[in-house]
Amino acid sequence: MSTALPLLKPDDFASDQDIRWCPGCGDYSILAQMKKVLPEIGIPPEKTVFISGIGCSSRFPYYINSYGVHSIHGRAPAVATGLKLSRPDLSVWVITGDGDALSIGGNHFIHLLRRNVDLNIVLFNNRIYGLTKGQYSPTSVEGQITKSTPMGVVDHPLNPISVAVGAEATFIARSVDSNIKHLAGVLKRAAAHRGTSFVEVYQNCNVFNDGAFSYAQDKATRDDATIELEHGKPMIFGKNRDKGIRLNGFTMEVVDLADGKIREDDLLFHDEKADSALVYLLSRMRHPQFPEPIGVFRDVASTTFEEAVRGQIDEAVAQRGRGDLQKLFHSGDTWSVGV
Amino acid sequence: MSTEAPSATEKPVQFVHRITVRLVGDSGDGMQLLGQQLTNTSALLGNDVATFPDFPAEIRAPRGTRAGVSGFQVQFASHEVHTPGDTLDALVAMNPAALVTNLADLLKGGLLIVNEDSFEDKDLKLAKLNTSPLEDPSMENYRLIKVPMTRLTKDAVAEFGLSTKEADRCKNFFAMGLVYWLYGRTMDATLRFIHGKFGAGKTDIANANEKALRAGWAYGETIEAIGQSYNVAPAKLPPGKYRNIMGNQALAWGLLAAAQRSGKELFYASYPITPASDILHELARYKNFGACTFQAEDEIAAICSAIGAAYGGQMGVTTSSGPGIALKMEAMGLAVMLELPLLIIDVQRGGPSTGLPTKTEQADLLQVMFGRNGEAPVPVLAARSPGDCFEIIQDAWMLATRLMLPVVVLSDGYIANGAEPWLIPDISQLPALTVKHPEENNNSNGPFKPYLRNELLARPWAIPGTPGLMHRVGGIEKEDGTGNISYDPENHQKMVNIRAQKVANAAKLLPPQQVSGPQSGELLVLSWGGTYGACLTAVEQAQKAGRSVAHAHIRYLNPFPSNLGEILSRYEKVLIPELNMGQLRMLIRSRYLVDAIGYNKVKGKPFTVTELVEKIFELSTSTSR
Repeated sequence: MSTALPLLKPDDFASDQDIRWCPGCGDYSILAQMKKVLPEIGIPPEKTVFISGIGCSSRFPYYINSYGVHSIHGRAPAVATGLKLSRPDLSVWVITGDGDALSIGGNHFIHLLRRNVDLNIVLFNNRIYGLTKGQYSPTSVEGQITKSTPMGVVDHPLNPISVAVGAEATFIARSVDSNIKHLAGVLKRAAAHRGTSFVEVYQNCNVFNDGAFSYAQDKATRDDATIELEHGKPMIFGKNRDKGIRLNGFTMEVVDLADGKIREDDLLFHDEKADSALVYLLSRMRHPQFPEPIGVFRDVASTTFEEAVRGQIDEAVAQRGRGDLQKLFHSGDTWSVGV
Repeated sequence: MSTEAPSATEKPVQFVHRITVRLVGDSGDGMQLLGQQLTNTSALLGNDVATFPDFPAEIRAPRGTRAGVSGFQVQFASHEVHTPGDTLDALVAMNPAALVTNLADLLKGGLLIVNEDSFEDKDLKLAKLNTSPLEDPSMENYRLIKVPMTRLTKDAVAEFGLSTKEADRCKNFFAMGLVYWLYGRTMDATLRFIHGKFGAGKTDIANANEKALRAGWAYGETIEAIGQSYNVAPAKLPPGKYRNIMGNQALAWGLLAAAQRSGKELFYASYPITPASDILHELARYKNFGACTFQAEDEIAAICSAIGAAYGGQMGVTTSSGPGIALKMEAMGLAVMLELPLLIIDVQRGGPSTGLPTKTEQADLLQVMFGRNGEAPVPVLAARSPGDCFEIIQDAWMLATRLMLPVVVLSDGYIANGAEPWLIPDISQLPALTVKHPEENNNSNGPFKPYLRNELLARPWAIPGTPGLMHRVGGIEKEDGTGNISYDPENHQKMVNIRAQKVANAAKLLPPQQVSGPQSGELLVLSWGGTYGACLTAVEQAQKAGRSVAHAHIRYLNPFPSNLGEILSRYEKVLIPELNMGQLRMLIRSRYLVDAIGYNKVKGKPFTVTELVEKIFELSTSTSR
């Protein structure tokens, strides 16, 4: 199929709509990487559907020349589940934010992940409500000053990756809006995975929460503040690649490789197929105590929801034959009234 | 299995036109099963039947208490009936709580059959009684038959070596046998049921139930206290092949039929809620029809997934009851904006909030009419009887696809669980429901215009997978034609007007309102939904008594039939009976400036014919004009 297609370019996925995000918003970068990646995936625009909820990120579908639904707050996973169940032939993306996916839509988010519907969900995490002009979100950090928390946030934040691990998502990844090569790679991996692919993207809201992820974005700090997860490779990080992550019992620890006392073999080797308990430990690594992992945390194979659901339909047809309404109506006890 | 029981009674048989029986017991006593079997058997004998199952919300309320009483009422007749009957010819009570909570509805001189084994001190205490109601002087008003059912059943099934509990469970079949004897009901269908249900691997249970059934029948034939039995001749129904159907079952089958007629796959999503869950159960059994059922994580996900399926070009359907419909409202507004076909079915129950989950009410009309933010009208249709649930779905899906909008179908708890004979339709004779998806760009100068409209103002249902027609839809106001986001004031006014006109256009696709009785005059009874049978019967009785009264039953509540205003203007008075506090009346008064009179009740129970006849008499004079 895909070989017969004409070669697609990023512009083939550009819609005719003016983009209305604030200048400097991290969303632009994510959009650019998506447009770059979509042609490489090889699925034509007419077979691609973007579904979003409400929030700045959720304007995304308008800017991609595919099919798209800009739905209501938090409900994109539900709309997408119905679409994918009834049209498994389509490639479906869900675009959401930290408020959309984790607050008002938290329920749908976890159920999408546990069902393993074959679609990709990209969560733009900026730790703030942007579209409503600056209230705190479920990922805002404790103490964060926002319009609705002038004395600081008192809620303990949700960790999106931990939530995804808890819901037993089969593909979990994280990237950063400004790290464009990494982001493109992660999006491609997400598209390739069969089942629900969850990608958290650190996204800078330069108006209401500027610099929330500067440690992971700035060239000066990012090598020490993040660690790239690579399947089968030891967990090494740092500008000079002189630090590593070691598993000590049930805790992660940062170790120094510079003096040669600890060798690479002593480090934790990243395994995308590892038990979810280990993935959970990775998700708890937070700045500044730890470098925050970016890349693919988990990628395991499992039956997709639509395969299982449609499999039962096929099985029912195979066992009982294609349903005949007239037979159904006349089944069981009937009687005739004469003319 | 034994066949020693005779099939015909040797006692005298009196034929009557109609019988109303209520069977009452603990919610675990199998009264619903007994009622369904009696209904089915009566229908197979050619009677017209109407039923009223009435059970508590609790699955197993404490045994023997008043709260745990479950009942099933059935009327079977040799003429057409549209209600389960107001008063009872016979009451079968399995315990004291069941007796005292139902006795008031038994006719003076009516037959009262009780399981006397369950009237011991402990049973009386559970029912909060100091003395046995069987000793009460008021018992003289009834023909009381005390049957030691527990003991007789135990003896009858002794040979099967069942546990005490298992043997005790057979007593509803003993009661059934006695009722069957009393009304000349044949046992064949119930025997088929017993062996079908318990046949595989539980033959002892099946044989014991059969034995109990036959023992109950033989008991009626033997005891001297019952001198005769009764029977009801077949009713003269329109010719054809019939089956029994319940409202929720008819909704489910209607959905399967509508999907097939329109060449669509059914995508059905719901969240469990009483009294709508049986639709999900029913459809989940028919996956071989290609029906995709999805039990969503909540009500909102259910409707949103159905919207997703609708965008994908399939038949998206969601069902619920009042509380769940409230949760779906924002998404219904989205469907209004997306202009996608969608069915939302509301099986109404007593409200507000959790209300009366297992009891019937008609109080969601204004909710589905106006419960959304903004100007968000949708067509609203209401089924009038169990069988009509099938028909109304065909109408609703026709409107949804022709006009490209969400349509609400109202049912209620009374219709959902009620049963009636159903003239089986030949679906090949129903007109085709043609649905077309565009394949060509409708704009020679640029991108596809998803909101370009036809003569009915419907937009094209372009679906993903179609090359060249990529487009985005969303809940933000859109520019007409292009569907692009638009905050333009003139455009918003235009779109609000268009969405309202689309709903109004539904009247062009629906038949005009019919009136039975005088076409003008003193009084018109205007009804909707599940009160159809009671209103029709009441009007017919009043007409026979010489009253000038007509009846119009509305199935299309939004928009109203195009001739309704003209009909209303022909009568001096309009009476609107509703199981709510006057919701249709409010709509009629505001739309037509008609000073309609309400007859309103919210007791979780359907109207009795008697109370409606009284109201009609109050509003009409005695001579026909």
